[in-house]
Amino acid sequence: MIPFWIIAAVLVISALWTVTARKPIYSVVSLLLNFAALATSYLILHAEFLAVMQIIVYSGAILMLFVFVIALLNSGIAPIVLGRDRVPVAPAAAAALSAIAFVATAIAAVHAPAIVPIATHSPLGAVGRGNVFGSIGDFGQALFLSRLLPFEITALILMVAVVGVVLLAGDLAPYVPTRRRAEQTRRALREAILREGK
Amino acid sequence: MATSFAGVPIFDYEALASVLFFIGLAGAVARRNPLVMLMSIELMFNAANLAFIVFARAWLNNAGQIFAFLVITVAAAEAAIALAIVVIVFRSAPQVDVDDVRVLHG
Repeated sequence: MIPFWIIAAVLVISALWTVTARKPIYSVVSLLLNFAALATSYLILHAEFLAVMQIIVYSGAILMLFVFVIALLNSGIAPIVLGRDRVPVAPAAAAALSAIAFVATAIAAVHAPAIVPIATHSPLGAVGRGNVFGSIGDFGQALFLSRLLPFEITALILMVAVVGVVLLAGDLAPYVPTRRRAEQTRRALREAILREGK
Repeated sequence: MATSFAGVPIFDYEALASVLFFIGLAGAVARRNPLVMLMSIELMFNAANLAFIVFARAWLNNAGQIFAFLVITVAAAEAAIALAIVVIVFRSAPQVDVDDVRVLHG
């Protein structure tokens, strides 16, 4: 009971700090705190593998990417100037409407008749034990036996993302000895890509 | 069906997830810095993940955890591509403001 409220307070405060911080790097730090608290709550909820994934993928990979980009954008000659914050009317109205719709749905869901859940056969046990609900073995068995297609789709999504990022940000020109020829090759490649895009 | 675990009702967890989601939504709407907007979107992803995992625990069904796994993957792909676009668009601009990006209009 008490751990939940501590984690909830940390989550809400760090989320608010993320959204309101003046400098993006402070947002990254508070987001790191948020992810750590989330990983703790995943452990409480018997999602051991996802707790570890949360730390490795989110805190290790995604936040590191954010730090890299902040450093890259700040490394120019002039320091970057942040745009002024303002609340655009249409998205704000849409957000408010979705909040109202969410609350209405939640109230309706509380009063709806109960749905009979389809439980897996793994029993509930202490976190860290094997062969209980949410253990690594249980999760891996579900991932590789009964839910193989989502796992394969994950691989496809990552592949598409890698190809897209290389196309967007990568330097596609092959190595050529002189600078003039390199420029020519690069221009020809860029034109070819633009032609292909149409 | 377990509607409460370790003394905490499932409704409290869901309320926490929705509060986190709407904090992220407010950030994505009100902030104009693309990096902070992306981080707000990550907050929303994580709120959805929390809801998935809470329901997986409540129903003792792994499907919610598998779906959260899928969401983490999509979030990673989204962050990589969005940050590549941010780097391309704002590499030479002194001001980082999404409203100044007119070149991405269709």
